[in-house]
Amino acid sequence: MDRWLRAAKPWALLLLAAPAAWLWALALADRLGANPAEALIRGLGLWALRLLWLTLLVTPLRQLTGWQALAGWRRGLGLWAFGYALLHLLAYAWLDQGGDLAAIARDVAQRPFILVGAVAVLLLVPLAATSFDAAIRRLGARRWRALHRLVYAVALLALLHWFWMRSGKRLWGEVAVYAALLALLLGWRLRAAVSRARARAPAATGRPPSRARG
Amino acid sequence: RPPLAARPSTVAGAHTPEAPTPYELVTGYNNFYEFGTDKEDPARLAHRMRLRPWTVQVDGLVARPLTLDLDDLLKLAPMEERVYRLRCVEGWSMVIPWIGYSLSALIEHARPLGSAKFVEFHTLADRETMPGLRSSVLLWPYVEGLRMDEARHPLTLLAFGLYGELLPPQNGAPLRVVVPWKYGFKSAKSIVRIRFVERQPATAWSVAAPHEYGFYANVNPDVPHPRWSQATERRLGQGGLFAPRVKTQPFNGYAEQVAGLYAGMDLRRFY
Repeated sequence: MDRWLRAAKPWALLLLAAPAAWLWALALADRLGANPAEALIRGLGLWALRLLWLTLLVTPLRQLTGWQALAGWRRGLGLWAFGYALLHLLAYAWLDQGGDLAAIARDVAQRPFILVGAVAVLLLVPLAATSFDAAIRRLGARRWRALHRLVYAVALLALLHWFWMRSGKRLWGEVAVYAALLALLLGWRLRAAVSRARARAPAATGRPPSRARG
Repeated sequence: RPPLAARPSTVAGAHTPEAPTPYELVTGYNNFYEFGTDKEDPARLAHRMRLRPWTVQVDGLVARPLTLDLDDLLKLAPMEERVYRLRCVEGWSMVIPWIGYSLSALIEHARPLGSAKFVEFHTLADRETMPGLRSSVLLWPYVEGLRMDEARHPLTLLAFGLYGELLPPQNGAPLRVVVPWKYGFKSAKSIVRIRFVERQPATAWSVAAPHEYGFYANVNPDVPHPRWSQATERRLGQGGLFAPRVKTQPFNGYAEQVAGLYAGMDLRRFY
């Protein structure tokens, strides 16, 4: 399985360009419905969310299945999540706000859910910028891991952004599904962290050897 | 669809010079939550609605409560064509050639009492034909309302058709109101009851999310909605992907005709 996963990785990652290419082609061909700009912006946002969730799935799946080669997929998936999030932000800035920075500033001030989304994308920048081996060496593995835990905050912000947007029409069905999936993904890590802490606990805080008995 | 003859309206403001939105968009991109929350759901599912027989109950604070058949309603006043801008609270807009007559004609016919201060519109809620009623997004039936002077304003249209034909089901057949200076959700579709009341009606969206949707819902670029900037709008069917957003006008461009209705009111408070 690991060999197969390693061989498939470059092709699978290449394939992830397809949703963006497809959305763009539909938009240019005027096949995205009555409001193509909105459909394109929302389509890119939804793919950013999907890819972020997939990135977070890598570690639990690897631990469950024992397929160690999955670890090699995480960076590529994470970079794609960042790529789609960035395209989502750029599509909003360009197609919704006409690239007018003053208009964007006013819009962010008026609509807090956009601020939340923008912060989520900005928080992904340091992660994307340190997603190569030299950065891990320079930062040291411990600090690099600490920095990349930001991804949990990004996922929560992205979910809040989407929930808030959908609250306008109270359309929370899909958001609830993604929230449940994220709860599983983060819950898995929480449980692992708790059991790690428990495993360490007896050694660290266990009773000192009793003198009375000794 | 059967044609519906009409003469051009003489009501001031009833003919915007802007180009009408293509028929396919007007009839293919709709908010009609009784049939689902996607814009394409109504065009796909609304044909299930049984449009005949159709009666409208007119009651509440009126001199004579009535039950009017659709044929009575079609004959109540001469049909007029009016080309209105439609601005959705979601930040998009269309231009639609409607057919109908001023709601005031029906109001005069029903002779409301002096104590009637508001009109309530109740729309069809039929579980058999409307799959959207299973969702709890809104309370059913969908209720909308207007102040009496708004309802009597000549621009407030009781519409039976568009583009020269009877209303397609997804656009609110067989009859709906159209209030061009308010966000689209104020214009109740597929009306089965018109009730005259003393107190301001509890309208569907203002109950569902009171901080986001007010009773008045006049188009107002200066009162932002937390989800959609109301400063600008996207005119559908014009330029596709790269069409720039256009500036939204106060009262959707009908200020000259209707601003007087709100003299002295703080429209930021009464949004």
